[in-house]
Amino acid sequence: MNRIGQRLANLKAENRKALVTYIVNGDPRPDVSLAAMHALVEAGADIIELGVPFSDPMAEGPVIQRGHERALEHGTSLKGTMNLVKAFRETNQETPVVLMGYANPVERMGYEAFASQASDAGVDGLLTVDLPAEEAEALNVQLRKHNIENIFLLAPTTTDSRVERVVSLAGGFLYYVSLKGVTGAGNLDVDAVNARLNTIKQKTDLPVLVGFGIKDAASASAIGAIADGVVVGSVLVDAMGKNEQAGNDDILAALKAILTPMRQALDSL
Amino acid sequence: MNSKIDYNAMPDAAGHFGPYGGRFVSETLMHALDELQEIYSKAKSDPAFQAEFDKDLAHYVGRPSPLYYAERWSKKVGGAQIYLKREDLNHTGAHKVNNTIGQALLAKFTGKKRVIAETGAGQHGVATATVAARLGLECVVYMGAEDVQRQALNVYRMKLLGATVVPVTSGSKTLKDAMNEAMRDWVTNVDDTFYIIGTVAGPHPYPQLVRDFQCVIGREARAQCLEMTGKLPNALVACVGGGSNAIGLFHPFLEDESVKMYGVEAGGYGLESGKHAAPLNDGIPGILHGNRTYLMEDENGQIIETHSVSAGLDYPGVGPEHSWLKDVGRVDYVAINDDEAMQGFRTLTRVEGIMPALESSHAVAYAEKLAKELSQDDIIVVNLSGRGDKDILTVAKIDGIDV
Repeated sequence: MNRIGQRLANLKAENRKALVTYIVNGDPRPDVSLAAMHALVEAGADIIELGVPFSDPMAEGPVIQRGHERALEHGTSLKGTMNLVKAFRETNQETPVVLMGYANPVERMGYEAFASQASDAGVDGLLTVDLPAEEAEALNVQLRKHNIENIFLLAPTTTDSRVERVVSLAGGFLYYVSLKGVTGAGNLDVDAVNARLNTIKQKTDLPVLVGFGIKDAASASAIGAIADGVVVGSVLVDAMGKNEQAGNDDILAALKAILTPMRQALDSL
Repeated sequence: MNSKIDYNAMPDAAGHFGPYGGRFVSETLMHALDELQEIYSKAKSDPAFQAEFDKDLAHYVGRPSPLYYAERWSKKVGGAQIYLKREDLNHTGAHKVNNTIGQALLAKFTGKKRVIAETGAGQHGVATATVAARLGLECVVYMGAEDVQRQALNVYRMKLLGATVVPVTSGSKTLKDAMNEAMRDWVTNVDDTFYIIGTVAGPHPYPQLVRDFQCVIGREARAQCLEMTGKLPNALVACVGGGSNAIGLFHPFLEDESVKMYGVEAGGYGLESGKHAAPLNDGIPGILHGNRTYLMEDENGQIIETHSVSAGLDYPGVGPEHSWLKDVGRVDYVAINDDEAMQGFRTLTRVEGIMPALESSHAVAYAEKLAKELSQDDIIVVNLSGRGDKDILTVAKIDGIDV
């Protein structure tokens, strides 16, 4: 069990829900990313998902696409993202960090090089949007060797037999995508999510967190009541975009202003 | 070359051509791809489906397309005899319609009422809008904003056919970004939408099913060449963007060991300039748009912007079967620069009265080079994959003429 498993086990023991936060490394500019990670923790984040920008982020809605574009304009890379995690670990040994992105930068670096360097940097998990269970085995071998959890998505369209296949490879937690669509889309159907979570829970002991469509305290509370935690992304990246010209302090304040009510809502469940 | 390769055994059950191909998409789409694979397997072995496909190709597309002996051009070049497979004479003016007819029939089987497509030059968009009009399906076509500018005629054709054309302004605003946006649409509307991919790329089973639909080109060309000349051609030449017209011509000849094959990529301003769209000549394997294949990318694995005078070839990837055929050495992949392609366009127009699409002009230009190296007894079959009417504004602009 690495930092992810420990953190989620502790939360469960305390009967608390996990708050997972997503920002893109280098968005809106590289000099704010380290401070932003610490600010997320201060505002109550339990796990940080750090987006690795990609030129073709196919699963993202317009808000996170722009986040990737802003980061790439500053030359942000996978290697640079690992360096950011290394810097974060200088003062934070506890908060799990999951890299989230697309397969090609990892493919380019090489699976073994990626796993070993990510592990050295203090990365705990990897979520590769376009690397489904069927194609993940070679990478999984390397990740296991270096104690990095492979985080998988489950979707409303995932059939029961596929759930079994995915959970057999998954580590850390399962990320249930609440809706058919891209990040930042649509409205939540809490009852539909609940029905699927019940099915998934019968097939795995891993915690199941829910993302896509969580944008405020109310939606966090509604999903927190039925899942082990929530993943918040687009609303934070949107704040990065809106504060592109602002100073670092204003950016950090904006992130905290979004997360604090969500944390409170989750803790009052 | 390894003569024991069974070319018909590819792809394997998971969609792999050796290390290439596969299914690299977000979880939400996996079930839809499983479903498509199942529907396609059934259709493939269903005589009624095949009969309907053949009927549409004959009576709607106008097949078989002629194999035309370009006698005057061949004499002028002074080498091998050059034959043109006239896909430009198909309804809608390119090979693309062979595939959209097939996929639209699949869509009909699924009962989905909405189709989407990505397009570069607009040929696949037009071919999709055409079959959608015929079947009464809602049609949305994603097209890079830059391509919307340079292919204005095709944009208007699609609109006349009743399609909605959505300009894509993200990334490089070309074909790859259109494909990203089509994937986003599909993931959102997966229950009622059929995604008609225009080339032999994307997640399994698309590279396989698009290939199978396009193989009519090579089957016809093989029979026509035998009938007209009494022998097989010595060489085949086709342009390669995603590679659907090329695989369609090549595949039925793969086991004919005497037939050499040349896939012509877009050399843009020249391979050495870095500004081209030739991943098989100057790229490395990676993952994009649902498959592992040769890509144009930087040292960090970011996809880089490509350049070609022809919008249909302006794509950083290529179908996974081509990547495999390159590695096993069955097909030679070469590059033709923008200016050479333009020369090919002018030559064929003036010498034979046939105006090729700028995509096909790459194949024309390479065929001329190749013919000079071969003897007069040799035969080259060039896939004239589309007609050039759509490119007239681009050519006029290069000539400095305001039409």
